[in-house]
Amino acid sequence: MKLRLIRRDSASRLAMFTAPVLALVLTCLASLVLFAALGKPAGAALHALLLKPFLSWYSFSEVLLKMAPLLLIAQGLAIGFRANVFNIGAEGQFIVGALCASSLPVYFPDGDFPMMLPAMIAFGALGGTVYALIAAALRTRFGASEILVTLMMALIAVQILNYLLLGPWKDPRGFNFPQTVMFPDNAMLPILFDGTRTNISLLFALLASVFAYLMMQHHFRGYQLRTAGLAPRAALYAGFSAPKMVWLGLGLGGLAAGIAGASEVAGPLGQLQRSVTSGYGYAAIIVAYVGGLNPLGIIASSFLISVIYIGGDSATVSAGLPVAAVEVFQGLLLFFYLLTFTLIRFRIEIDRKVPA
Amino acid sequence: MSGLEFLLAGTLAASLPLLLAALGEMVVEKTGLLNLGLEGMMAIGAAIAFICVYHTGSHVVGFLAAALVSTVIAMLFAFLVIGARANEVAAGLAIGVLGLGLSALFGKTYESLTIKGLPKIDIPVLSDIPVIGPTLLTQDIVVWLAIAGTVALWWVLNRTKLGLIIAAVGENADAARSIGYPVMMIRLVAVAFGGAMCGIAGAYASTVYTPLWADGMIAGRGWIALALVVFGTWQTGRVAFGALLFGILSLGELTAQAMGVGLPSQVLSSLPYLVTILMLVVISRRRSGLI
Repeated sequence: MKLRLIRRDSASRLAMFTAPVLALVLTCLASLVLFAALGKPAGAALHALLLKPFLSWYSFSEVLLKMAPLLLIAQGLAIGFRANVFNIGAEGQFIVGALCASSLPVYFPDGDFPMMLPAMIAFGALGGTVYALIAAALRTRFGASEILVTLMMALIAVQILNYLLLGPWKDPRGFNFPQTVMFPDNAMLPILFDGTRTNISLLFALLASVFAYLMMQHHFRGYQLRTAGLAPRAALYAGFSAPKMVWLGLGLGGLAAGIAGASEVAGPLGQLQRSVTSGYGYAAIIVAYVGGLNPLGIIASSFLISVIYIGGDSATVSAGLPVAAVEVFQGLLLFFYLLTFTLIRFRIEIDRKVPA
Repeated sequence: MSGLEFLLAGTLAASLPLLLAALGEMVVEKTGLLNLGLEGMMAIGAAIAFICVYHTGSHVVGFLAAALVSTVIAMLFAFLVIGARANEVAAGLAIGVLGLGLSALFGKTYESLTIKGLPKIDIPVLSDIPVIGPTLLTQDIVVWLAIAGTVALWWVLNRTKLGLIIAAVGENADAARSIGYPVMMIRLVAVAFGGAMCGIAGAYASTVYTPLWADGMIAGRGWIALALVVFGTWQTGRVAFGALLFGILSLGELTAQAMGVGLPSQVLSSLPYLVTILMLVVISRRRSGLI
């Protein structure tokens, strides 16, 4: 007896919804078993991870704060992923975006010009885009894999960040901590809801979602990108330019990550510090996949992952779980999603060979 | 100890985790797959090895357990990519994140505990050679085994039929399948081998090189190993050479001080990545297809 995977002609709409839900259920079950095996109160842990974030307005607003960068970056990345352009280094573009945005308040700490904040966002956007486009140039010009180049560039970005924070950009009155001066008020993003830290970067992310939806589902360019991903040869025969897809896929990913990086320093951090490399760029890859690389799905998945981040914080207190539990949960979620996604694309057929 | 002696004594041990993980990944990539989960597989190996050595006092048990657990994690990757035909980039990241998370979860209660490392072996005659005797040629048993293993791997890949089959599977899977080679099985075994090597690499890092467990102690070595495979252009000898080079660089700050170089340590730390990008550009111009 042999199992075979047969590609379906079209994925059922029901399966598109079932796969992520099934993946979430499997992830919860697997985590329950794992936490219980480690002698942690498994029920309390899951309660903290998935429900606590909804139990107070403040923790819910923190979910929205986390959601902004994840949603923004994931929307940008998904556009590339659908065209088979694998930008794995969004973390680097995020850091460079944060660096470029921070350069303004660092060099003009008095910040007495009115365009400070818009200029910072523009710098961040530009920095992230250019940093990603280096990979596009190397891929289109020399054929160098963008997977490895973006990854290496992300690791280099961390070193640039360290260099600046330990050297020229260190706050002279910061007790030798590796961080810049605190940004002036006009370098900070406006708060969306009073009494919370949720700022207008959430609107950037939602706007990007609308843009991604219109482009990918209703615009010819989106059709070209999707074709390049699903049927590269067909795209080639149709005369869609492959290099153009690489430039576009990487550029939009870098743009989104750069804006997210700028929003992080101009938002919850209020200065450039090492904790800017908190892994949003990598988590956004998980968000993009679990959202089915679909602009609407990504809104849901970014919300889910943000809930787990905030829930993970409270689980450290109420269930004694280390922060790493969040990573385990994310890893399991992506694992089970990739598995259940196979059930959307393929049906399993059983060959029974009758022994002669 | 002078700067040069420090480098002679420390480079092999610093290079070892990079070398082992990179050789494992090289075999995986030779069969036509790309597993990005090295960092996670090394981390879980490091945590498991430390826990086992702490409780049993035996490095053999620690290394075996680490290899086993990392192989299990690698099998999850194989299950997704070979079994379920999932995207290998996403699958590699999934097990990478999972491995990192699990290592922190399991290792949590073992932070700040200590164990004994492995003794350096004095080899008669060799250890008496001036300068390099007490430094370069006085290493622990794992270093010597790894050197022997590297030579053995070179021999298998370049001088045996198995090596040819592995190359055939990677270069043209359809052709290999049509002449009857079990492509899936060969890839499965390669991924398992890659996992085991990462586990051993992690075990060396946490129980010999610096005998302690700390969350995040792999510190990017998995990514460097990934870079190393490209740097070595999928050839055992060059990967080993690159491991030594990157090993010296990973001693970064210390090396710079020892040599009196006035560069910021971050420049040295970035060099492996920069060189890898350069290497990618050079080799991609010459051939296409391979990652």
